[in-house]
Amino acid sequence: MGMTITEKILAAHAGKDSVSPGDNVWVDVDVLMTHDVCGPGTFAIFKKQFGENAKVWDRDKVVIIPDHFIFTEDTHANRNIDILRQFVKEQDLPHYYDVGTDNYKGVCHLALAQEGFNRPGEVLFGTDSHTSTSGAFGMFSTGIGNTDAAFILGTGKLWVKVPESMCFEFTGTFPPHIMAKDVILNVIGDIGVDGATYRAMEWRGDAVMSLSMEERMTLCNMAIEAGGKNGIIEADEVTTDYVRGRTDAPYKIYHSDEDAKYFFKKTYNANEMESIVAKPHSPDNKAKVSECEDVKLDRAYIGSCTGGKLTDFMAAAKLLKGKKVLIDTFIVPATREVEEDLHKEKIGGETLVDIFKNAGAYLGDPSCAACLGGPKDTFGRAGDNQVVISTTNRNFPGRMGSKQSHVYLASPYTAAASALTGHITNPAEFVNN
Amino acid sequence: MKKIIEGLAYVLGNDVDTDQIIPAEHLVYSLSDPEERKNYGKFALSGVPGDQAGLPDGNVSFTEGDDFESKYSIIVGGKNFGCGSSREHAPACMEIAGVKAVVALSYARIFYRNSVDGGFFIPFECDTLLVEEIKTGDDLKIDLNANTLTNKTQGKTYDLKSLGEVIEIIEAGNIFEYARKTGMIASS
Repeated sequence: MGMTITEKILAAHAGKDSVSPGDNVWVDVDVLMTHDVCGPGTFAIFKKQFGENAKVWDRDKVVIIPDHFIFTEDTHANRNIDILRQFVKEQDLPHYYDVGTDNYKGVCHLALAQEGFNRPGEVLFGTDSHTSTSGAFGMFSTGIGNTDAAFILGTGKLWVKVPESMCFEFTGTFPPHIMAKDVILNVIGDIGVDGATYRAMEWRGDAVMSLSMEERMTLCNMAIEAGGKNGIIEADEVTTDYVRGRTDAPYKIYHSDEDAKYFFKKTYNANEMESIVAKPHSPDNKAKVSECEDVKLDRAYIGSCTGGKLTDFMAAAKLLKGKKVLIDTFIVPATREVEEDLHKEKIGGETLVDIFKNAGAYLGDPSCAACLGGPKDTFGRAGDNQVVISTTNRNFPGRMGSKQSHVYLASPYTAAASALTGHITNPAEFVNN
Repeated sequence: MKKIIEGLAYVLGNDVDTDQIIPAEHLVYSLSDPEERKNYGKFALSGVPGDQAGLPDGNVSFTEGDDFESKYSIIVGGKNFGCGSSREHAPACMEIAGVKAVVALSYARIFYRNSVDGGFFIPFECDTLLVEEIKTGDDLKIDLNANTLTNKTQGKTYDLKSLGEVIEIIEAGNIFEYARKTGMIASS
């Protein structure tokens, strides 16, 4: 019996020739990532279990990226950054991206990619559910809690139940106004917020392989919103081109076998995709944008690991150029690199930063910011009963701040088109003009 | 491991996410400082929308005022309990508030794993949609030997699903104790 790419990677890291879904295996970990929200708890458990003076299993495989609560006066949040610094110092860890320095990066999932920690064939765990993002590089990656992360810090290993795989194939070509965000919202709407629980979501087909790395990351990023253990896309030339510029570490490319067994397979025609939103208060509450055009909005938010990459801002800028937004519009680049690109990249001779400023949008510093609400002084945090259109990943009650707010998840194209009109708006005519 | 767990029920609906269990603005307190960690108990389940908090009536506070412990120690949930983020603060805040067990139709993967590996409480599954049967405040008893849940208030007993292979980690206490028992890491 053949194996899927997920099964092959897990088998290789468990020292086995083959594994089957349902097997519990101990795997060797290539990278462990943590951040300011879960790092302090992880380090406390590590010290309690392995001793005050214990050393991490491999300094070079631990990556610490503060990104959640960064630009805040909250004393507890800032204390947590100090705890990261202290641990990094004690352990002499080389991969730390400190707040307030030139080395600061921003949102961990994009920073992992940009700093060369996403490498095909590897196993990466992170103390964040959106760690599934890294699967876009043909690697196994998933989110874990503090306890499991502390276990890895001490041993370099973790037990994993081999997931069944689900295959989502897209044939044909996506229309120009369709982004990966529309695709993933569509799939989550089809299978539900627990439709992929305990399973791998494997993306295939010409339309998927035509996407850039950033768009592939969006697809894998939201696997967790369907309950998925991991999202994964086989590495190809697009992947290796991206990785080559970021790291010279060796990696291995795995492919799913022709006779690999899938729990579920569905083929979509990419040409028929439409712009999608997830209505409040669940990522699977799918509706076509064209069905929601009467929804009046108070603000638009473009940012996060899901929708704060350069591709996302290029899309938004294309629509906002030379126009004015009608509602408060927040632009939050995921990382410093994206922020720098906003100053460099131009459309019609105008930088993206200038396009956004001239459109009347507000620009924030790179971090998770209001994607998960955060401390009261967080940039873009939803207040009162505001209705928000957002390129982020979750619209649970209170997720972006106020418990009374209403969040519609959408693509950057849809968010930008809606910012121009003040109500949910189909971006098709803006994009195609 | 205790073989009998007794307590009052606090009933929630489907898809209770980790932002409802502990809103992100509270993820800043220390989990190891004995005093500071009490904040997690105080704010446990504070993000649940009022009409869903303590079913069937709703608008039942899980903890009162500044208390960090709840009088309810068994949570009854629907499908996909604990979906969303990987924050271990979610099962931790429930344990700090005094939760001894959760009984749900199904769980989100990371929440389930965190509950077991961290040894916070036992996540039981039951094929009956208990949220339609059990009322917040009902007196419950879980018998691990018989694998049953009894609603003493209503005089009804339900079969629980077997805990399966994770029973070994639950019996050991957490993933570290399990790894020590099996010789994977050295005994301390």
